[in-house]
Amino acid sequence: MTPKTAPLPALCRDCMTCFEGAARCPSCGSPRIVAHAELFELGIAHMDCDAFFASVEKRDNPALAGKPVIIGGGRRGVVSTACYVARIRGVRSAMPMFQALKLCPDAVVIAPRMQAYAEASRAIRQMMEDMTPAIEPLSLDEAFLDLRGTQRLHGAPPAVMLARLVRRMKVELGLTGSIGLSHNKFLAKIASDLDKPHGYSVIGKAETATFLHDKPVRMIWGVGAAGQASLEAAGIRSFADLLRWDRRELHARFGTMGERLWHLARGQDTRGVSAHAPMKSISNETTFSEDTGDAALLDGHLWRLSEKVSARAKAKALAGRVVTVKLKRSDHSALSRRLSLRDATQLADVIYRTAKGLFDQVGPNEGPYRLIGVGLSDLIDESGADLSADLLDPDAERRAKTERATDAIRKKFGPEAIVKGRGLRGASGHGPKDGS
Amino acid sequence: MKLSIERASLLKAVSQAQSVVERRNTIPILANVLIEAEGNTVNFRATDLDIEVVDKADAMVERAGATTVSAVMLHEIVRKLPDGSMVTLTDDAAAGRLTVEAGRSNFNLATLPKEDFPVMASSEYSSNFSCNAAVLRRLFDKSKFAISTEETRYYLNGVYMHVSDADGGKVLRCVATDGHRLARIDADLPEGAADMPGVIVPRKTVGELRKLLDDDEMKIAVSVSETKVRFATPDITLTSKVIDGTFPDYTRVIPQGNTRKLEVDAKDFANAVDRVATVSSERSRAVKLSLDEDRLVLSVNAPDSGAAEEELAVAYGDERLEIGFNAKYLLEIASQVDRENAVFLFNSAGDPTLMREGNDTSAVYVVMPMRV
Repeated sequence: MTPKTAPLPALCRDCMTCFEGAARCPSCGSPRIVAHAELFELGIAHMDCDAFFASVEKRDNPALAGKPVIIGGGRRGVVSTACYVARIRGVRSAMPMFQALKLCPDAVVIAPRMQAYAEASRAIRQMMEDMTPAIEPLSLDEAFLDLRGTQRLHGAPPAVMLARLVRRMKVELGLTGSIGLSHNKFLAKIASDLDKPHGYSVIGKAETATFLHDKPVRMIWGVGAAGQASLEAAGIRSFADLLRWDRRELHARFGTMGERLWHLARGQDTRGVSAHAPMKSISNETTFSEDTGDAALLDGHLWRLSEKVSARAKAKALAGRVVTVKLKRSDHSALSRRLSLRDATQLADVIYRTAKGLFDQVGPNEGPYRLIGVGLSDLIDESGADLSADLLDPDAERRAKTERATDAIRKKFGPEAIVKGRGLRGASGHGPKDGS
Repeated sequence: MKLSIERASLLKAVSQAQSVVERRNTIPILANVLIEAEGNTVNFRATDLDIEVVDKADAMVERAGATTVSAVMLHEIVRKLPDGSMVTLTDDAAAGRLTVEAGRSNFNLATLPKEDFPVMASSEYSSNFSCNAAVLRRLFDKSKFAISTEETRYYLNGVYMHVSDADGGKVLRCVATDGHRLARIDADLPEGAADMPGVIVPRKTVGELRKLLDDDEMKIAVSVSETKVRFATPDITLTSKVIDGTFPDYTRVIPQGNTRKLEVDAKDFANAVDRVATVSSERSRAVKLSLDEDRLVLSVNAPDSGAAEEELAVAYGDERLEIGFNAKYLLEIASQVDRENAVFLFNSAGDPTLMREGNDTSAVYVVMPMRV
């Protein structure tokens, strides 16, 4: 730790005044200050909105103020976001809805309005664009920012720019976010979570090692339950445990992840903040409100999911060579099948036919299912897609043309302008949860 | 059981058996070869439940009997024994061990009881005929490259062997396709084959069958039923289930009206395709053919890696044409041509193209173009 004697560089989060070592802002008297020895030297940040979906809902509907609000879909769905009032009662995201409602029966449950969130996200993105081109969005409500080298441009160090960002978000959009500032992405992401909501945390180079020492490895973004279990099997719970491992041994046991862990244990992370991190896969899935083994209904879902995946690929001018079908049974055990196509595709028709073929291999006998998903991966630019036709399916070309024509009509008259009958099967009733 | 056998005959018999055995196996007995000794012969039988191979070899049988032992291990041992050695196999059923002795080498292998070995149910074959190895070799060698590996289209994972009508009457025909290219190979109909049901011979069986076909003069006894096919030489019997599915109607895939004819030396063509394809992108491997009066330009333009072009003197008298193909497919079909010029018949840049050797219609290939 930095010796307490030296006055620390500090910043007032309300009036942006920079000063040295005081408990309150000498200019406006606010106690909301952030002080750290390396405050004005660090430049990699992670911004995470606070209960984003719920905050947007509360902003748009003042009647919700002070009430527990849960965003999520369907009786069988899961909690997508819970506001802080609901969180106090123990509601967490990804919790099954019935459990959330048991903890918090008076919660206001709202089906997600993705369009509203996307709009708010775009506005925040625009604010970040004003600060740096090096932005890496992780989802609608969080992003990494690399602000190194922008001090002269803005006439203020990154720490100040970040404080301005959250203030702008609050004033212009009525949304709050938490900032993590550090010297790499790994630590910035951890920092943003330390002081939520409306937080501002700094992890400097000097205290990186002591900070991490007794922290659990599950803090690492990307180490989930399975990763945790395999680390635990090797006796690794904390970063201190990890430090005891030899680099080679870690690599031998965990492969490239082991290599990464070795570096992370030392607070090292050299990944750049990139706005153009290539998309690796596109997938959509649906959780049913009731488990189903109904072939026609599942077929309808396969088509709609294929269309969604295809639409996203087309929007991004991408095509993929690998089609994946994912199924989850009633007992949550998962099943997935994949097939490499000879030719990359972005056509819903090809994705659907491939997915259907994969589903038919396992599907009918292993159900009922609670979830079905379709994915497209091994992505390339669309110019390399659908280059050759299928000898045995001379009709495919006509269907491809129909699909392109349908796309053109939808572009002009909206997504509902023209729909395949297949897509209507089992489409009504429950609000499916889509994720990517 | 106790027998002595020459290393060479043992190796031949065991190597055929072990190649049928699946390397990754959840049923232990399927990793084993069943050894049955009686009279003065010994049979080696192996199966993966879809294919069964039985190899017969001469041996000095001291004590008749049968046992099963790891096919791969027995093969490895015999392979490593010195040429010309005499191998003695002695089964100790009580101890569950098989002793393999040759000179000063002595091996003791774990056995599994012969009763556990699954023997393929014998079936009635509706058609039995005899065919020269050379004929079968041509039928399968020229078609197998087009077999699909796509599991969702399992009915394409083999060669469709059936009787069909051709210009000169009925023929024995093999067809394989993966939707991108197709091979259709005909042979004179062997006597007694006319009523043969059409069967899809699985890819693995085609590979195993190939090992029976090296000797041109060898007569292969072929037996076919709706569900099984059997190929037999005096020493080896290969029995296989056939793919339970319907092979698609390939006849409508073979273009009839393609009139733009290109004639080219197959070897020169293949070499040129191979050369220009060097710069093509790993994924698409697209080669463009630009045809003009007696002139063919092969070109590849891969923005990321480079460009290549090569000109060939050919016989072509039709309108200008530009058409793209996957280089690998072109190479594969061009390499099937071994006597005369390759003749390509095109329609348009979007339609299937037909290729044959000279005017010989007993082997035709269809390949789908790709956008370039």
